[in-house]
Amino acid sequence: MDIFTPLEIEAIWLSLKISVWAMLWSMPLALGTAWILARCDFPGKFLFDGIIHLPLVLPPVVIGYVLLVTMGRQGFIGKFLNDVFGITFAFSWRGAAVAAGIMAFPLIVRAIRLSLEAVDQRLEAAARTLGANPVSVFLTVTLPLTLPGIIVGGILGFARCLGEFGATITFVSNIPGETRTLPIALYAFSQVPGGEEAAFRIVVISVVIALLALAGSEILARRMQARIGNGS
Amino acid sequence: MIQIQINRQLGNFRVSAQFESQTRGVVALFGQSGSGKTSIVNMIAGLLTPDSGRIKIDGRVLFDSDHKINLKIHERRIGYVFQESRLFPHLSIRSNLNYGRKRAPKNARQIDFEEVISVLGIGHLMDQKPRTLSGGERQRVALGRALLANPDILLMDEPLASLDAARKSEILPFIEMVRDRFDVPIIYVSHSMDEIIRLADTLVLVNDGEIAAVGPVEELTSRLDLRRLTGRYDAGSVIAATVEKHDEEYGLTHLTFDGKTIRVPRVQAPVGSTARVRIRARDVSLALDKPDKVSQLNVFTGKISEIGERRNNDDGTESHDIDICVDIGVPLWVRITRWSLDQMQLSEGKEVYALVKSTSIDRQSLGQQTPNKEKIS
Repeated sequence: MDIFTPLEIEAIWLSLKISVWAMLWSMPLALGTAWILARCDFPGKFLFDGIIHLPLVLPPVVIGYVLLVTMGRQGFIGKFLNDVFGITFAFSWRGAAVAAGIMAFPLIVRAIRLSLEAVDQRLEAAARTLGANPVSVFLTVTLPLTLPGIIVGGILGFARCLGEFGATITFVSNIPGETRTLPIALYAFSQVPGGEEAAFRIVVISVVIALLALAGSEILARRMQARIGNGS
Repeated sequence: MIQIQINRQLGNFRVSAQFESQTRGVVALFGQSGSGKTSIVNMIAGLLTPDSGRIKIDGRVLFDSDHKINLKIHERRIGYVFQESRLFPHLSIRSNLNYGRKRAPKNARQIDFEEVISVLGIGHLMDQKPRTLSGGERQRVALGRALLANPDILLMDEPLASLDAARKSEILPFIEMVRDRFDVPIIYVSHSMDEIIRLADTLVLVNDGEIAAVGPVEELTSRLDLRRLTGRYDAGSVIAATVEKHDEEYGLTHLTFDGKTIRVPRVQAPVGSTARVRIRARDVSLALDKPDKVSQLNVFTGKISEIGERRNNDDGTESHDIDICVDIGVPLWVRITRWSLDQMQLSEGKEVYALVKSTSIDRQSLGQQTPNKEKIS
């Protein structure tokens, strides 16, 4: 393992860990949100939709700052979580996972929502007449038919998490071994004289990880299309 | 027993339907497009909720607004065959067929999987996905899927409408087999009288959201006052008959009704079974003297029992033709020109000979009644 320096291994590992955790919390939530946006009509839906999309249009620093204020140790959410569960988010990798998940959230929701809206609701009605209750219809018909969108959303989201910088550095700062992900490490190297070579190595690593993720997702998506049988 | 009494406002359209029928065999809902047929079956299925009313099938209340009963769709135990097959694209044909079956209560799983597959001829498709199937195959699988859910009743909403004429005649025999082999009552929605004559026992005429008439197919299609609803161009009489014998040499079948014989093109039905023949009014001629040396195989004597009203064409001019009912033991409708009516000086009570060409009776005009269930089981 002497291809990478210990610092690089640490950053790669942190980036992957933070991104995986970010996806773990945001994916189920995004699925639910996409379902609400695709299937439900309620007053204030426009506003709800807008709030979901905020991370896409706001400067990431704003999100990071809001997180710092609310989930920091003195923030009302952060204080509550710290007092009740003893979990702190500020300046820890957990906070980075929260920030990354929030930034990726609208991308995931959009992809899943598009796919959900393409599901033929007449198939769901047919499943109901065949004796399936609503939960069963969702699990056996809606979800499998939405899978391509879920995969696309997952890939986009994961890529977004790996690249997250602005909200992360604002909320959890640059702490080696805790919050110094690949982009933050790259930024740090670019700021010191003589860091060009180290920075360049991280660029290469980032490109390789991105390409691997894309290739993997492509294979997965193809397999999925073949399985659900409505691909072109 | 099917007891339906439902009201529902849909925009400017109001469905207000009430009818009762025996659950034996096929009950056909017939009416123009937009008359409310599909809304009625959707309310039976629970896909549409009536504003008020009551739906009861074989003693089981599915909906009752007075008692606040409204069974959920998946609790109604109905099998629904839609116009489009609605097969699940991500599941194999086998999984599609099993979808309703594995959700049916264990004690209700009486319909045999292998039997359904062999009756519908879909055994070779089991491991395929729906997209590789032809339209006709898909509809057969959809029929099997609904049947295997072991429903209390099968609803079929124009299951042939999305198929071309060749596919239709390919699927009809399968629906006939399902009707005859499995003891499941069927509500069949259609705007094609051909299909209804082949399949149905009871006819429910739907017009403008309301039920215009309910009764045996033979009876309602012979009624002049319902002619506007049962269709004018194809208007005619439907006669219930028994297969007497087959004439293999000439490819004919002899059917008897009321002591008379009618010869029709060869029917695939055993001697002694019941059959239904539709004779279009425009395919019957009248003669005052006993016809001699004519090509028509079927000559019946009878008395004119009714002369229909004069009709106007769409542009307001008077129609050239007129319908006459001749009592030949059963009512037989005849469409002739007004010119002939006057020339022959026809009037009610007059003795006439009615001539029917055998070749005018095509396969589409011959149907079978639901056999007695006792005989099958």
